[in-house]
Amino acid sequence: MFALISLIKIVIAVVVLLTAVAYTVWLERKVVGRMQNRWGPTRVGPFGLLQPMADGIKFLFKEDLTPPHVYKPLFIAAPMIAVIFALTSIAVIPIGNTVTVGGITTPLEITDVNIGLLIVLGITSIGVYGVALAGWSSNNKYSLLGGLRASAQMVSYEVSLGLSLIGVLIVCGTFSLRGIVEAQSGHFWGFLPKWNIFYGGQFIAFFIYLVSAYAETNRIPFDLPEAETELVAGYHTEYSAMKFAMFFMAEYANMITVACLASILFLGGWSGPLFGPAWLQMILPVFWFALRIFCFLFLYIWVRGTLPRFRYDQLMAFGWKFLLPLAIANLVVTGLVVALKG
Amino acid sequence: MVPLSYYLILSGILFACGVMGFLIKRNLITVFMSIELMLNGVNLSFVAFAAHWQALSGQIFVFFVMVVAAAEAAVGLAIIIAVYRNRETLNVDQVNLLKL
Amino acid sequence: MLHLILFLVFGAFCVAGAVNLLVQSHPINSALSLIAVMVSLAVEYLLLGAEFVAAVQVIIYAGAIMVLFVFVIMLLNAGEEEKTRGSRVAIIFGVPSVLLGGALVAWVLLRRSGTAAVAVGALPGDPKSVSMLLFQNFLLPFEVTSVLVLIAIMGAVVLAARPEQAQPRKKA
Repeated sequence: MFALISLIKIVIAVVVLLTAVAYTVWLERKVVGRMQNRWGPTRVGPFGLLQPMADGIKFLFKEDLTPPHVYKPLFIAAPMIAVIFALTSIAVIPIGNTVTVGGITTPLEITDVNIGLLIVLGITSIGVYGVALAGWSSNNKYSLLGGLRASAQMVSYEVSLGLSLIGVLIVCGTFSLRGIVEAQSGHFWGFLPKWNIFYGGQFIAFFIYLVSAYAETNRIPFDLPEAETELVAGYHTEYSAMKFAMFFMAEYANMITVACLASILFLGGWSGPLFGPAWLQMILPVFWFALRIFCFLFLYIWVRGTLPRFRYDQLMAFGWKFLLPLAIANLVVTGLVVALKG
Repeated sequence: MVPLSYYLILSGILFACGVMGFLIKRNLITVFMSIELMLNGVNLSFVAFAAHWQALSGQIFVFFVMVVAAAEAAVGLAIIIAVYRNRETLNVDQVNLLKL
Repeated sequence: MLHLILFLVFGAFCVAGAVNLLVQSHPINSALSLIAVMVSLAVEYLLLGAEFVAAVQVIIYAGAIMVLFVFVIMLLNAGEEEKTRGSRVAIIFGVPSVLLGGALVAWVLLRRSGTAAVAVGALPGDPKSVSMLLFQNFLLPFEVTSVLVLIAIMGAVVLAARPEQAQPRKKA
């Protein structure tokens, strides 16, 4: 019985995540277009809403070229690695309270592990291989440079990412993501919610996390490894059709994971005003969670449309010489405050 | 319930493969990876015994082994890069004289 | 029962990865097999109940140390290994004796340990227990390893740096 419910949850989660990835692409094209004073996709369906379907059909039917001198096993496996690990991190992310449907009570996540946060960090660490192996197996100096730069950047910013999250752990006391959300329930001073970013004092950690996450997902302003004007297309130069689509999906799935984590760890997860009948009260937390994710995705796209990109040495210097000491300082201060408070 | 000896046998097989790789392989980097395989086999032993005797210190020691493995991998790979720069080869048989 | 099946499946992955590391000639294949061994070992740690150690194994060993190995293989463009002259005598005497020695060790272990068995999740491996022990009883080794890592970082940077080109001094 438990296995059946888990299987249904897995299927629903994967379908919802893939649709969300497709529509994040649509959102990005629309928003960046409007920021650049043009329309974005408008022709396919109302407001261009069927554009992701058209893109999917295009990717399926494009010719899938495998250049002759690539290292074939890794060339084919690297996009699969990237997309598998990008989609796996949804397994430990809770999106709502416990729901009761037709007599079956189940929490809204695939599984709640004691070490949920560590699992997400571990999956992020292994996701580096997709990029590194793609760059190397393409047997192409632009891809190799792009792959090396991308993996060095991801490994460097993983350190400040992890350190910024330890402040949250000290305040909430548990690695389990559901436990962290439940530690942020309630209000202080009457009406202000007890989110980690205000009450838990993790304001600086929030910004360190956000900046490190932008670097982890290779998004502007840290997208030198895949920038068109710099390195042809970096590590995915030699990929076409479905393999390129897999890299694309992996990047947007990573963005969604980062948005989910940021809202769980710093903005209170799914807390929000609950009203109405019982069935509405089960759906409303999911709605508040989706609202937060939408805000983070919009922030990602907004930053993409606005900022220029970092040069590689500026990028590495920023990560190691500024963010890392700041994250350590945040950790020390948080630890001191929590220890002194009792 | 898995008998403790199964874990020890698995750990022994990993360690033995590591030693064989260290002795047989001719590429410097593969020799290095065999050392890491040996360390992993030993880690499994530590955790299995910690579970059997309920001695939590076994897990703690695994952390120290991992940290030492990381430090050794970093320095060792830097040495390998320096060797490659000077001798243009990663073959263990050809890196056998002090004089270049 | 499920415990035994999971142990055997992931143990088989470990052994297959270790043997593949020996058999493959290109170092990148050996590196990938080693990553597979490490991830299977992380599952074995989970079966023993050491969840924190399993997560740390994936994050640090498979996610950072092996990335370093893959980097160096990519940077140095290490090609396929050259075949050395094997020795027939060594293979004829060596392989059976290795197998015999291994079987002997396994038989002794199986006979001597009696009914000692480990249940699923036998260790209290949650982060809280581990950290209570690590920061109270093992504080000194912890601090010493941090100094060790610092020395390793400095050593790696110095060793891997490009040698400085001797600059011709300009006469003032």
